[in-house]
Amino acid sequence: MSEVQTAAKQPTQLLGKKERRLLTDPFNDNNPITVQVLGICSALAVTVAVKNALVMSIAVMVVTGFANLIISLLRNTIPNRVRMIVQLVVIASLVSIVEMILHAFQYDVYKQMSVYIGLIITNCIIMGRLEAFAMANKPWQSLLDGIGNGVGYGAILVTVALFREVFGKGTIMGYKVLPSWYEPNGLMLIPAAAIFLIGIIIWVQRAMNKKLVDIS
Amino acid sequence: MDPIKPIRDTVGKNLWKQVEELEPNFKKGGMLQSLHSTFDAFKTFLFVPPITTQRGTHIKDAIDLKRTMFIVVIAMIPCLLNGIFNVGHLHYVANGMYPGFWEGFGPKILYGLSKVLPIVVVSYGVGLGVEFAFAQYRGHPVNEGFLVSAMLIPLIMPPDIPLWMVALATVFSVVIVKEAFGGTGMNVLNVALTARVFIFFAYPTYISGDQVWIAGMSDNPDAYSGATVLGVWAKQGFDAVKQVGFSTINQSVGYAPIDMFLGFIPGSIGETSKLAVLIGALILIWTGVGSWRIMLSVFVGAFVMGLLLNAMDLAFDFNNPHLSVPAYYHLIAGGLAFGAVFMATDPVTAAQTTTGKYIYGFLVGVLSIVIRVLNPAYPEGVMLAILFMNVFAPLIDHYIIQSNIKRRLARG
Repeated sequence: MSEVQTAAKQPTQLLGKKERRLLTDPFNDNNPITVQVLGICSALAVTVAVKNALVMSIAVMVVTGFANLIISLLRNTIPNRVRMIVQLVVIASLVSIVEMILHAFQYDVYKQMSVYIGLIITNCIIMGRLEAFAMANKPWQSLLDGIGNGVGYGAILVTVALFREVFGKGTIMGYKVLPSWYEPNGLMLIPAAAIFLIGIIIWVQRAMNKKLVDIS
Repeated sequence: MDPIKPIRDTVGKNLWKQVEELEPNFKKGGMLQSLHSTFDAFKTFLFVPPITTQRGTHIKDAIDLKRTMFIVVIAMIPCLLNGIFNVGHLHYVANGMYPGFWEGFGPKILYGLSKVLPIVVVSYGVGLGVEFAFAQYRGHPVNEGFLVSAMLIPLIMPPDIPLWMVALATVFSVVIVKEAFGGTGMNVLNVALTARVFIFFAYPTYISGDQVWIAGMSDNPDAYSGATVLGVWAKQGFDAVKQVGFSTINQSVGYAPIDMFLGFIPGSIGETSKLAVLIGALILIWTGVGSWRIMLSVFVGAFVMGLLLNAMDLAFDFNNPHLSVPAYYHLIAGGLAFGAVFMATDPVTAAQTTTGKYIYGFLVGVLSIVIRVLNPAYPEGVMLAILFMNVFAPLIDHYIIQSNIKRRLARG
């Protein structure tokens, strides 16, 4: 992994080279789904429609960003032994807030995604970023790293959802895009399709980005 | 004296001369260099290549991969012929014509050919196209495994399947299941079965239910219905199959066990006739290409599980008519026999060790019946059972080998 382990000595500018890498790295070289292979469960569960995937991505982005920020602020005061519990408390509170907001403003999406909003708590990406980054870096960098990872996660989610919704139902965001003679592909509606699609994305990504290929 | 020597000396020599003359065109710098893998494939198809394996332990044998695959294709020919006849036969019988075997033999064969041949052509054309493209792109020779897969795919399709679905399923299975894992010999799952599973989950209405198994039925769905044996069992129980098998325009034809054995019943193109499967099995076993251990243990597993379910039916009240089907009927119903002989024995995806083959086959049989009987949504369980066990075959082998090592170490 090519992430920055220690804080920059003097952050001269708000978005220096290092900071920009924090945002862009998770998009390709260090993508949480296709490279770290984390968060697969939710990627299978919520990608049946683009709208759900978008909401999920935004929710995860908010949670990773703020969890990283809060833990980074607390990092010098958290006793090492109970750090997991502290991290979980922070994540759980953030997820509850997100859940309530969705409940209030996006009720139908909230109902469709049901348990998977709550299960953001168990999303390995968030815990992984807290452990690997926020515990050892300054708040600003941690926030960027969290948002970057959320975006990297969301990019894959939305791509998979796009294929699944278009080929499975012939629609995008509920609007019909394919002609009526198109025979909807039922395989795309079951979670197994997401596994194939993520596999194909990994295949394409490694074909283009040779440094990700490790022949061990 | 070698009976085919004169043929080899005349036809063979001339052909070889032709091949040698053409070869420079496909070499590096030649005019048709981009087609060299295609040329290579046809050359080795006609003549056994002179190259032998250089490294590793190996057994010297006159047979090579292409010849092995060809034997499997030959073993499938009885199923194909029966499939062609049966498609035509059922079509006419369902329309109230030619109920006898020999009546209207010609039209039946012609109709069957018109249904089956396009599927075969699409399956070979599309699959080999993908295969050749990958071989060319990656610079490795064309592998011959697909010769068998492409023959198997039509045999496990319903006769009325749209051709574009066959093409799509073939592309899917060759690319995702085979090429993504590294081509012939590297695939974890059976390629032909994956094609069927793809259609099964993607377009279930075209490959399940009681409207798709007789060719031409979907044009006139109200006139008659033709469920497979398993479909009837799952819905109406064992005894129903003798009366309601499938209904034609003017009568209802039941399925007697002999019909199930000879194969004049609705079903996928190649799997209905257990007699044809048996001939294929004998060819495979006699030539040593297919593993009799796997075939036998699949049947044993299915039979044991069938008995177990019969016992369950007597002991408890499950309200599942499928449970009461006598165990031996399971062996001749549906695709179990076809799957056991042609799918489970796939040397790439099956277990490799001798003990492993018994375990693998037995579990394929057990799971087939479990899925078939206990899940009414999937009356044909053998497809899913084989794919499931394909995934576990390497694990079975691993533990067999580990226990062998342990035993030998303990022996000192």
